[in-house]
Amino acid sequence: MSEVFRIAIVGSGPSGLSAAAHAAAKGISHVLLEKTDHLSDTIFRYQKGKHVMATPSLLVLRSDCDFAAGKRETVLAQWNADAEKAGVNVRYKAEAKAITGAKGDFSIALTNGDVIKAETVVLAIGTQGNPNLMRCEGGDLPHVQYTLDDPAAYIDEHIVVFGGGDAGIENALGLIADQAQGNAVTLVDRNADFARAKDANVKALLQARDTGRMTVMSETQASLVEVGWVTLETPQGASRVKCDRIIARMGSAPPRKFVEDAGIAFTSEARTAFPQLSPTFETTAPGIYVIGALAGYPLIKHCMNQGHDVVEYINGATDLKPADEPILEAKLAGLPGKLSVTQWLEFLRARVEILYGLSPLQMREFLLDSDVRAFHAGDVIFERNGVGTSLFGIAQGSVKVEIDPKNPKITVPIPQGSIFGEVGLISGRRRGATVRAGEDCIVVEIPRTAALKLMAQVAEARETVNRITTERQILQIFKSGLTPADLAEVLPMAEMMEVKPGQPIMTEGDEGDDLFIIRSGSMVVEKSVGGKQVFLSYVPAGSYSGEMALLDGGPRTATVKAAIRSQVVRLPGEPFRRLLAKKPELANRMRAEVASRRKVNAFVEGRKDNFRGVADMYSSVASFLIDQGIGEATDVLLIDESLCVGCDNCEKACADSHEGLSRLNREAGKTYAKIHVPTSCRHCEHPYCMTDCPPNAIQRGPDGEVFISDACIGCGNCQRNCPYDVIQMDKPPPEKPGLLAWMLFGMGPGPGEPDKDWREKQPKEAVEKGKVAIKCDMCIGKAGGPACVRACPTGAAIRVSPEEFLSVALMERGQG
Amino acid sequence: MARAAQSKRRKTSTHESFLRHRGFLFLKVSTILCIGVVLAYVFQDAHPRPSGGTALGYALGTLGALLIVWLGLLGLRKRAITDGPYSLKAWVSAHVYLGLSLIVIATLHTGFHFGWNVHTLAYGLMLLVIASGAVGVWFYATLPKALSDNRGETTRKQMLAQIHALDEQIHEAAQPLARVDADIVRLSLEKTDIGGGFWRRLFGYYGDCANLRAIDQLEPALADAKGREAVALRKVEELMRRKADALALARRQIHITALLEAWLFVHVPSTFALLAALTAHIVSVFLYW
Repeated sequence: MSEVFRIAIVGSGPSGLSAAAHAAAKGISHVLLEKTDHLSDTIFRYQKGKHVMATPSLLVLRSDCDFAAGKRETVLAQWNADAEKAGVNVRYKAEAKAITGAKGDFSIALTNGDVIKAETVVLAIGTQGNPNLMRCEGGDLPHVQYTLDDPAAYIDEHIVVFGGGDAGIENALGLIADQAQGNAVTLVDRNADFARAKDANVKALLQARDTGRMTVMSETQASLVEVGWVTLETPQGASRVKCDRIIARMGSAPPRKFVEDAGIAFTSEARTAFPQLSPTFETTAPGIYVIGALAGYPLIKHCMNQGHDVVEYINGATDLKPADEPILEAKLAGLPGKLSVTQWLEFLRARVEILYGLSPLQMREFLLDSDVRAFHAGDVIFERNGVGTSLFGIAQGSVKVEIDPKNPKITVPIPQGSIFGEVGLISGRRRGATVRAGEDCIVVEIPRTAALKLMAQVAEARETVNRITTERQILQIFKSGLTPADLAEVLPMAEMMEVKPGQPIMTEGDEGDDLFIIRSGSMVVEKSVGGKQVFLSYVPAGSYSGEMALLDGGPRTATVKAAIRSQVVRLPGEPFRRLLAKKPELANRMRAEVASRRKVNAFVEGRKDNFRGVADMYSSVASFLIDQGIGEATDVLLIDESLCVGCDNCEKACADSHEGLSRLNREAGKTYAKIHVPTSCRHCEHPYCMTDCPPNAIQRGPDGEVFISDACIGCGNCQRNCPYDVIQMDKPPPEKPGLLAWMLFGMGPGPGEPDKDWREKQPKEAVEKGKVAIKCDMCIGKAGGPACVRACPTGAAIRVSPEEFLSVALMERGQG
Repeated sequence: MARAAQSKRRKTSTHESFLRHRGFLFLKVSTILCIGVVLAYVFQDAHPRPSGGTALGYALGTLGALLIVWLGLLGLRKRAITDGPYSLKAWVSAHVYLGLSLIVIATLHTGFHFGWNVHTLAYGLMLLVIASGAVGVWFYATLPKALSDNRGETTRKQMLAQIHALDEQIHEAAQPLARVDADIVRLSLEKTDIGGGFWRRLFGYYGDCANLRAIDQLEPALADAKGREAVALRKVEELMRRKADALALARRQIHITALLEAWLFVHVPSTFALLAALTAHIVSVFLYW
């Protein structure tokens, strides 16, 4: 009879390995079952040299194995060494088939026929271990592989990659990265669009296809694999393709059946559901524990800590404090009142509205990223124009917002439970007002990324933030001494709507008296004149539309549709009219706005009869600019090609004001009616580049400029996320000799971006710098403003904001 | 609108050409200057007759010399990208109108004394600089439209890439050709010069283009060819015609760009010559007059 282990651990990934190492360290009898012949297969199958991240960085690692961010090879070598040192009892090529028995007496049947006996079982099998296989004839041939270790190892091969997910696309792109390898790569996917993959990967894939560097076949499957060939079923019929190697990355399935057969219940029927677990990771089958990715924790550090903890629990520990306890203790140490970490977590959760929906575990993770701070009455929490994008929640006391920079006496209070600083969260801009503690208070400061994560994960938090920001935005737009109490009737009926580009929120001639607040994005107003849609005006975020019908009744006088993806708040007309009756000041304000909008409309329509061509021109130029994404810009460089002499002084000026690299490509980009939109940053209202910047290096400056700080790590996310291709990855060139040295003595490359030859001739130490993301920063901090415009000799280069440019001024230009 | 508080940094840029800058501000300044100078000239009481040696003559000479030096500094201003609030457009606007005013100022400074000497040389060079500048203004006012119309949304890089891509296709298509036909193809591939020298660029003359000659030579070969050779030849011919179109587009761009720069080849060197002559004029006046 074979030995009965105290703990059998299935799966040797980060969690399983960590559990085994801890069991070994504590001298507990154990066995680690690994179905391959090496440890940690998921990490093993990462592409060669892939950088393994160690997030969340604040989390303390509590494991007998070491782990730090680094290359795949370094991480694996470390773990192999740790496992050996700890004396882990590993059985390779041991794939578990079924688990039977009960606590104290489990039998794990292996696929090779062996049976392992154990008192408890820890399942750490992750979700990646079972790649979906090539099911067609010949799918078991040796040139079919499910991993790609080193893309540089293959030369002059015809390679077909199956699978349009991130793994497949990244592999395929890796294989063509170096053209000198001469690989002919085809990517095949079963579906039509690459919906499962990251946008950036899809973009890179389609670009590779369009430049002819890769063949991409969608809605295609393999029907026969032969040596040297593969037959593909395309929508146009079968096609036999040359193929020396197949790399199949068609996803993997969590082995749900295997887990359920062991008597373990899942939280729901959903495909993405996880097993039900107790706080000690025990499943509904007593004696079987689940940790790691299968438990819903995909991050390596979490997994390794759970491996440690689960062994402690099995070994009878009851008072095990989470690994992050010391960090949280340190974080909360300076605060008034003598509360324990658990009490603090509950204190914050129960008092700050946006945290109501969090579980204790989520609260813990949340607080790792955030800070709790105490302020005395009158202390400044942040100042107007200060840099900062964090969100604050008030757990105790209240704060005062100084809304008038000239008179700090005028303040608006924000009570306990509410939030402030949310403008930074939405736009990434500098602080719009100074906020002081109204009385002694305790606030929780949530960094932008943590707040976005919170909103993404917890629906209640998202709704609360949206409700509060909507209320504040309405108060700010209408001013007129409105208070939250005035909106009490209107707000509950407000409806948040997502509007797609081109989708109308109201149509000319329709009945309706709702008022729309544009929360993000922008709208264009069009009117049908003589059977044609004529552009009337542009409505940016932070403004409203629909007031004419609301005030004067009658059908809608114009069509209002989204210029870009936008978010609007619909306020029903009836209660709003009652509000207007109560607040004559607000009514007057809106009437004044209506009068000025009417004037613009009348102007355009009046011109329509006299200057048919001009009005057409105005309308079509406006439509062109909206198509170019100007609708989401805050400040964009335009070039009037009727004035541009092509001297490229704008590019040279740009390079010379920014470490020698131009952030502007004058010639590239679209042109209409001599208005050219060069490839240059538009400083979007909601910058795409900001959405996924790991070091949070992309910020918004005091003039609305979106810039990248020195914190850039060169990951390239922003470049991939920018839909306008205005971000490049490059390394700053060495410093050039001065202008006079060039003019008088011909030293250096002269004004503008130095050419490649000159850069390569410079001493190596001056050249050896890492690539970083480079984009227009609107010459932030330079007194003269953007250099491109200052340096234009003819006045062709202009910087405009859409609300200024898409106005009557454009029309007058047409006439002049 | 809901814009955050902005700094006081200068950001606005008006949509006006350098000629119309600030409602023709420098045209007005220059006109007033000229009228003032003419009036002073007419009403002066010069003995024995107006010349550079009178009080007004010295004043006009000083003004003119200072203007010339300042106008010459545009070259430096254009290239020195400083952080302060300057506008190159304003400089160019002033450069054009004040430069033109020099015709009046310098002419009246001479008192209409001309001769074969360094003084009149300086005056003549100045007129050459102004004349070439006027040509430049004319080009700047008229050519950008042609430049933009010609390129559409194609960049120079793309134009060249297009020609290279066609070359590769021609090379590929010519593989089955016989030696004698292949030589014609090599003429197009190896001897075609996209831009050419300064004069070619300036006058946009490419009538003897190797690609065109190759197309001409292909005609008789096409008439004789049969079978595979004929198919390949027709393919090559079609590609060469496309290459001719691509070349024409790129060359028009090069030609217009050359025009926009060519006047500077007169304007700038004659400016330096003027500065030298002006120095000689001033030194000789003060030392030897």
